[in-house]
Amino acid sequence: MSDPNAPLQTETRVEGGNVNPIQNKFTDRLSHILSDLGKNGIFIALIIVVVLFSFLTDGILLRPQNISNLIVQNGYILVLAIGMVMVIIAGHIDLSVGSVAAFVGACSGLFAVTWGMPWWLAVILSLAIGAAVGVWQGFWIAYVGIPAFIVTLAGMLIFRGLALVVLGNANIGSFPTEYRALGNGFVNGIFGESDPDIFTLGIGALAIVALIVQQLRTRRGRQKYGQEVEPIVWFITKLVLVSVAIGFFTYALASYKGIPVTLIILAVLVMVYGVIMNRSVFGRHIYAIGGNRHAAELSGIKTRRVDFWLFVNMGFLAALAGLIFTARLNLAGPKAGDGFELEAISAAFIGGAAVQGGVGTIGGAIIGGLIIGVLNNGMSIMGIGIEWQQAVKGLVLLLAVAFDVYNKRRSGGQ
Amino acid sequence: MTNILEMRGITKTFPGVKALSEVTLEVNRGEVHAICGENGAGKSTLMKVLSGVYGHGTYEGDIVFEDEVVEFKDITDSEAKGIVIIHQELALSPYLSIAENIFLNNEVKGRGGLIDWNKTNHEAQTLLHRVGLRDNPTTKIMNIGVGKQQLVEIAKALSKRVKLLILDEPTAALNDEDSDHLLDLILHLKEQGITSIIISHKLNEIKKIADTVTVIRDGKSIETIAKADVSEERIIKDMVGRDLEHRYPEHTPNIGEELLRVEDWTAHHPQDTSRVMVDNVNITVSAGEIVGIAGLMGAGRTEFAMSLFGQTYGSRISGKVFKRGKEIKTRTVSEAIDNGIAYATEDRKTYGLNLIEDIKRNISMASLGKLEKYGLVHDNEEFKVANEYRTSMNIKAPNVLVKTGKLSGGNQQKVVLSKWIYSDPDVLILDEPTRGIDVGAKYEIYTIINRLASEGKGVIVISSELPELLGICDRIYALSEGRITGELPIDEATPEAVLKLMTMEKPR
Repeated sequence: MSDPNAPLQTETRVEGGNVNPIQNKFTDRLSHILSDLGKNGIFIALIIVVVLFSFLTDGILLRPQNISNLIVQNGYILVLAIGMVMVIIAGHIDLSVGSVAAFVGACSGLFAVTWGMPWWLAVILSLAIGAAVGVWQGFWIAYVGIPAFIVTLAGMLIFRGLALVVLGNANIGSFPTEYRALGNGFVNGIFGESDPDIFTLGIGALAIVALIVQQLRTRRGRQKYGQEVEPIVWFITKLVLVSVAIGFFTYALASYKGIPVTLIILAVLVMVYGVIMNRSVFGRHIYAIGGNRHAAELSGIKTRRVDFWLFVNMGFLAALAGLIFTARLNLAGPKAGDGFELEAISAAFIGGAAVQGGVGTIGGAIIGGLIIGVLNNGMSIMGIGIEWQQAVKGLVLLLAVAFDVYNKRRSGGQ
Repeated sequence: MTNILEMRGITKTFPGVKALSEVTLEVNRGEVHAICGENGAGKSTLMKVLSGVYGHGTYEGDIVFEDEVVEFKDITDSEAKGIVIIHQELALSPYLSIAENIFLNNEVKGRGGLIDWNKTNHEAQTLLHRVGLRDNPTTKIMNIGVGKQQLVEIAKALSKRVKLLILDEPTAALNDEDSDHLLDLILHLKEQGITSIIISHKLNEIKKIADTVTVIRDGKSIETIAKADVSEERIIKDMVGRDLEHRYPEHTPNIGEELLRVEDWTAHHPQDTSRVMVDNVNITVSAGEIVGIAGLMGAGRTEFAMSLFGQTYGSRISGKVFKRGKEIKTRTVSEAIDNGIAYATEDRKTYGLNLIEDIKRNISMASLGKLEKYGLVHDNEEFKVANEYRTSMNIKAPNVLVKTGKLSGGNQQKVVLSKWIYSDPDVLILDEPTRGIDVGAKYEIYTIINRLASEGKGVIVISSELPELLGICDRIYALSEGRITGELPIDEATPEAVLKLMTMEKPR
């Protein structure tokens, strides 16, 4: 304090000390890289899994067609993972998403096939039904105060049952082409036919430029406010690495059929929800609630309202996942969405979300979902049976969370 | 007399705070040894070192127990040697029976390794007799009072063949009758050869039972006094270490117009809605004024503050609130904040901070609206604001990205205060603002409170430490059984006068 007579500044510490400045700079950089690696551990895990399986599958994993498949096959899990990680960050869980996806898929079949509605109306109505399911579950969780585990366990049964009711013990199939594009469609050839597709490559180039511009702006903004930024060398290295990865990825897509519609949907979701979780007041409130609900409440955050909207959002995303899945199979069936909730929850936890809430990212959940996807895909290519796939995935989930717990303990967070 | 325990040069450091520095403690066999000191002086830390809660290697110095250097890894190690600690917060499981609690993790096993319930209950009965309890050992803990629970803890210690019993503020939550009974029991155990260390700052009880007193201040052992030489004056002088004058910063009140007036505020218990917890409270605070609310535990201090702050406590709340003469509503926390009221809770870890989040986000938590544009938070501005508070509030952390869970109590409290000051309130209600923080940081908190008052804010300080209220307030209300029993300007507020009001019972 300003008072010169203030006694007992017992806590004053000398920081930095008289360390050689050059060495200091070097260790500074090194510590930056190490802490970054720690933070991006999950990203490195994905790379390891990809490298491992491209060896085990003799390179089939990274073939253009397979890369495209990876996205299309896992799209709906990734969509669910986005909503799920938000729910988990707030300290809840949602076990009903698989059933909700099946229910909404069945409804969309009823609308688009049985009743012959225009595809777009069927899609909008289906998404609205998903949101309505969220309203129902959010009401019980946020305003009645029943734990999400119970409400969504009930929801899991309720909506699975309703899906069967809607389907009337039969599959509904043969959806309109536009509807099917949600799961199967590709965008390509807008600048004429070519191989590799020029349009896809263009989008890839655009993505790289956008990324670089955004990163530079963030960095400059931070510098302007006197915040610490990472060393320029490491910053550039990282940008180059990510750009190369995007380049390789889009080249692969361009040499196959172009950009899957599912990927476009996902890209939009990741951007929108990324901003929501990182920058928006709503996102901050979610983290605050998950970190300490009481403190959040006593800071004026309307915790019930946040909980409610989280589940509405989850219902909406579960509906979207249901549509994508149904579109991909071109069939709304009673078994649809079986086990989706577990894959989405695994994705969130592998991606670094904390069981107690308060911690997690959209990016982490997506990467977690991709790890599961690569495991599924790689093991399928290798001809490993579904029984062993299950066991391996379970083990990976356990190890990922164990690693996370170990890491946190080491860094002294209790 | 030989000593049973010697602790030599014990030093224990937490991130940012040296909790103990070169503490020495010598305890004779068969005596009752009292350890005195202010809140945050390091008494509990010392006992946690002794009992292995902070295991060997996390502190410096030696512990010699029964002429043997001991290195406890954890509490099981110390219990195996016969050292048992009974913590301030009792560690009993409410849904288990007395007997089950006594033998928890020390079960009486019969044939085949299964628990022998008859023997368990029988032995529990014997132990209960030793501590003077007549209750049935199969009674659930939740069905007996705190006083009896304390005795069950002692019975549990006896079951472990305790040689050295450590009691951390055992009478803090007890009424006089239960306290007396407990103190008698400690003397009774002494006759049976059990050595006790009792942590307390109730001087009369120390005088009653202690053979020796060691005073700890600011993490250092000041002196050890034999029974014959014990006097209240001497202990207080050792505990405080300097004149009371200099424990509180200079404060020249500059009191302006009335800021907040609460009229006929009444709140009932949240579950038992017929029970009145806050009873027709009327208080006022003016600009630039520091107002204290004094009351014993359970007087309804926090209940009053929280029912006022967005009705976060209680049911059937009634009364009126006026700010600058105009009636305002405070039905939700955000409404209270919007109307310029802030409440810093007494329990910062449970209710005040998001411990897994950094300083920056904790400070902005209650005022994200100020950093927001089109629903998005301005990150860099937030960083700047947090940095300003880190400097102005002297938060000791290398930067604002440090998680608040890693800060010392004093610095955590500064983060909580920053959060509320940033919400730009007119009236701040500070509930136990210096609980569990060390003396130096307390002084800083007082300075901050003074600064707030000099900026024209009204500050309400709730505290169970009477000297603190007398040291910093301009006016003091006394609260007892939910009612305001009196109001004293600071020059009429002697400890005796306030205490008398604090203990005034409802006419029946």
